[in-house]
Amino acid sequence: MMVVDVIFYAFAAVTALAAFGVVSSRNQVHSVLFLILTFFSTAALFVLLQAEFLAALLVMVYMGAVAVLFLFVVMMLDMELSELKEQAINHLPLGLAVGAVILLELVVVLSHSHGHAVAAATVPNTLAIGRALFTQHLYPFELASLILLVALIGAVVLTLRERKKGAQRQNVPQQIARTRSEAVELVQRKPGEGA
Amino acid sequence: MSLHHFLILGAVLFTTGVFGIFLNRRNVIIILMSIELILLSVNINFVAFSHYNNDVTGQIFTFFVLAVAAAEAAIGLAILVAFFRNRATIDVERIDTLKG
Repeated sequence: MMVVDVIFYAFAAVTALAAFGVVSSRNQVHSVLFLILTFFSTAALFVLLQAEFLAALLVMVYMGAVAVLFLFVVMMLDMELSELKEQAINHLPLGLAVGAVILLELVVVLSHSHGHAVAAATVPNTLAIGRALFTQHLYPFELASLILLVALIGAVVLTLRERKKGAQRQNVPQQIARTRSEAVELVQRKPGEGA
Repeated sequence: MSLHHFLILGAVLFTTGVFGIFLNRRNVIIILMSIELILLSVNINFVAFSHYNNDVTGQIFTFFVLAVAAAEAAIGLAILVAFFRNRATIDVERIDTLKG
């Protein structure tokens, strides 16, 4: 067994176990952390496949943005989970059955496919991706930016909250424009008379 | 280390994602994370085929899957936050206002 094989099996095992941790963990924060571990070990597998650019992208976009977004939401929402967890056990047999069927189908299909010999890469990975992305696939690339823009605006619109009418608000220009004469009034009172 | 190894890993990840959706059928956050796992398994398949066929198009596709997955996570979590604000729960079975 070559060194590459050992590395592959190690990272593949970590990926599979962490993925199982995501769906089976009792604590949601642990689930998100397992998700980050899954992404990381997958990025290592991408490096094994000589897709360095995508590995870096996976680390930056998925671990840096998406997983942190998940972590943010999990910690921000104060959820009552005990009720949800009790129900989870009831779904276990159905989930196992569906999972077993899908895995069986995939393995049967895969066992009839054939592998190919690999030719060594002639150009660096990032260069090859850049060439293909900005020539052949330019329009889909622009479309992807549009999708991200729509997602950005949509997320803001969905979560933006209008203040209630009558809510107290700070009016900064008004505060600054106030003078002493209109804000403070000096009153003379004799001792004992009060206001 | 051949194409089969990666395809089987992708199949295992995909199955785990589907299994997670069934197991946590009422928790939206875990369902969203399971969808991320499924998309990740698709990405592994794309990159593996790209490598073993020596064609960079698979990696371009992974790029787009990544963009769509990020957009989906952002929108999904925004909907979740808006829903939690109104109903104070993330139970899927409580999202039935339109059911009548």
